[in-house]
Amino acid sequence: MSVQMEHDKTAYEEVHPSNAIAGGRRPDPPNALASTMAFAHRALLRIKHVPEQMFDVTVFPIIFLLMFTYLFGGAIAGSTGEYLQFLLPGILVMTVSQITMYTGIDLNNDIRKGIFDRFRTLPIWLPSALVGALLVDVIRYSLASAIMIGLGLALGFRPEGGAIGVLGAVLVILLFSFSFSWIWTAAGIIMRSEKSLMMVSFLVVFPLTFVSNVFVDPSTLPSWLQGFVNINPISILATAVRGLMHGNGTWEQFGWVVVVSAIFVVIFAPLTMYLYRRKE
Amino acid sequence: METRNVERQANGLAVEAAGLVKIYGKERAVDGVDLAIPSGTVYGFLGPNGAGKTTTIRMLATLIQPDAGSATIFGHDLKTESAAIKSRISLTGQYASIDEDLTGIENLVLISRLMGYPVKEAKQRAAELLSAFGLEGAAKRQVKKYSGGMRRRIDIAASIVVTPDLLFLDEPTTGLDPRSRNQVWEIVRALVQAGTTVLLTTQNLEEADQLADRIAVINQGKIIAEGTSSELKASVGTGTLNVQLLDAADQAQAAAILERKLCVPVHVSTDGVTLSAQAKDSSIVAQALGELGEEKIGISDFSLGRPSLDEVFLTLTGQSASNQPIEEENS
Repeated sequence: MSVQMEHDKTAYEEVHPSNAIAGGRRPDPPNALASTMAFAHRALLRIKHVPEQMFDVTVFPIIFLLMFTYLFGGAIAGSTGEYLQFLLPGILVMTVSQITMYTGIDLNNDIRKGIFDRFRTLPIWLPSALVGALLVDVIRYSLASAIMIGLGLALGFRPEGGAIGVLGAVLVILLFSFSFSWIWTAAGIIMRSEKSLMMVSFLVVFPLTFVSNVFVDPSTLPSWLQGFVNINPISILATAVRGLMHGNGTWEQFGWVVVVSAIFVVIFAPLTMYLYRRKE
Repeated sequence: METRNVERQANGLAVEAAGLVKIYGKERAVDGVDLAIPSGTVYGFLGPNGAGKTTTIRMLATLIQPDAGSATIFGHDLKTESAAIKSRISLTGQYASIDEDLTGIENLVLISRLMGYPVKEAKQRAAELLSAFGLEGAAKRQVKKYSGGMRRRIDIAASIVVTPDLLFLDEPTTGLDPRSRNQVWEIVRALVQAGTTVLLTTQNLEEADQLADRIAVINQGKIIAEGTSSELKASVGTGTLNVQLLDAADQAQAAAILERKLCVPVHVSTDGVTLSAQAKDSSIVAQALGELGEEKIGISDFSLGRPSLDEVFLTLTGQSASNQPIEEENS
């Protein structure tokens, strides 16, 4: 440590600001792809420096899967093995949907720390700041999915759709999650603090994921509740994912996920960018 | 790659603003600011917290939209040509506008890439900046582990990855030790030499004095005085005479003498023994002190200070800057 301090002192002396002036070269502003890649790289570096943030995509899924399988398995399906076949696709959908909210929290932190101001004065395609981060989030979601599916297989999950079906299901989840994340980016800009953002996220995410067909067959529910469960985007996604994993998916189920995802992007991506530009 | 070219507008102005207004709730944070800042100069905004300095800068840097008024940056309209403006300006905010979890070099490579450098050149440029700012040794350390001065330097480095034509520096030296402050001043001077126009805010008259060609004194959203450093100082006098009495009982008599000699109101501080007054001329000060002696008024201490921001305020507004409500600027 003392060696490090010594080093600081020498560095302290040597400031040659005239060497910092960029010579006769002024690059053209980056295109959308280049700036998106730069922001994606930043998100990867953040994972490297703040590995704790991977907790939510590694530990949560494991806890959720074990907890719900053994808690509800006997009561709902007669056996945990049987229940796992029904539960795994759903719990995967639920977990990944829940961790999408961290996207908003990261953005909210950027805004409060001031780096947001710098990005906004750069001559770049502004959405790249968010798209770059969301692309890396997709990697996080993939990791969470891989962990859950791996654990599920170890516990006795046997998808009839085979590897292709499972892969297809994961891709559908990623499409949905990328689209769903735009809700949190919008919320992340509006909310004043991380705390209030967390609260709002939980208020949305918990009812949405629990009051769905993730845990139980909706036909056992009172009819007024069935109505909500059936139009709940999480149910729509869970149905498509189950279909793909168990080899009985339909284009209609897939089509609905695409429609729901498109609706999220069409509404919340422009809203996010509007708020991003106008944020004071 | 386009050659760096500090093109001068027909009128030679980097910033021209008329009647800028920003309202937050009921408060007029910026209340009709007019500016004409010549290219290639340093312009200082001097004022206390909450005066509207930051809000004005954020409007000029395209971060927030004015509620009224208009401005051009190098002839580009603030409202309609923000893209053209963004490619020529840079902002170093009051709070570190870099990613503190990333290392110094990672931050500068990121910004270099976002300014349009290909990855390889971005790395070269980042290394160049780190070495110029004495941060080579800290290149691979996370910025959150930097000292205040280092943080400020990396923040400014990030702002000049591509040397901007106009650089906004919001309180660049607040909270820095004198040495780090001098380093920031050196950086500002080097930039100006290279042709950059610098608009900086400060609460410190000495800083404005050292760096700025022209200074605008801002209070409650309005520019209350504008001019060169010497013009402003002339309006304040040589400085403030502070006299400390041995006995508070002499206060009224001493105040009367000073008031008569210096022809300005005398302020008595709450301790009852310290009197202060603006002094225009040191010979008059000597006479006033002499007369206190003749009247056998005991003095424990006296000083003739150079004008401080507080005194500029006292003179210009009739109220003390430190009596202003201290509040965070709206951001």
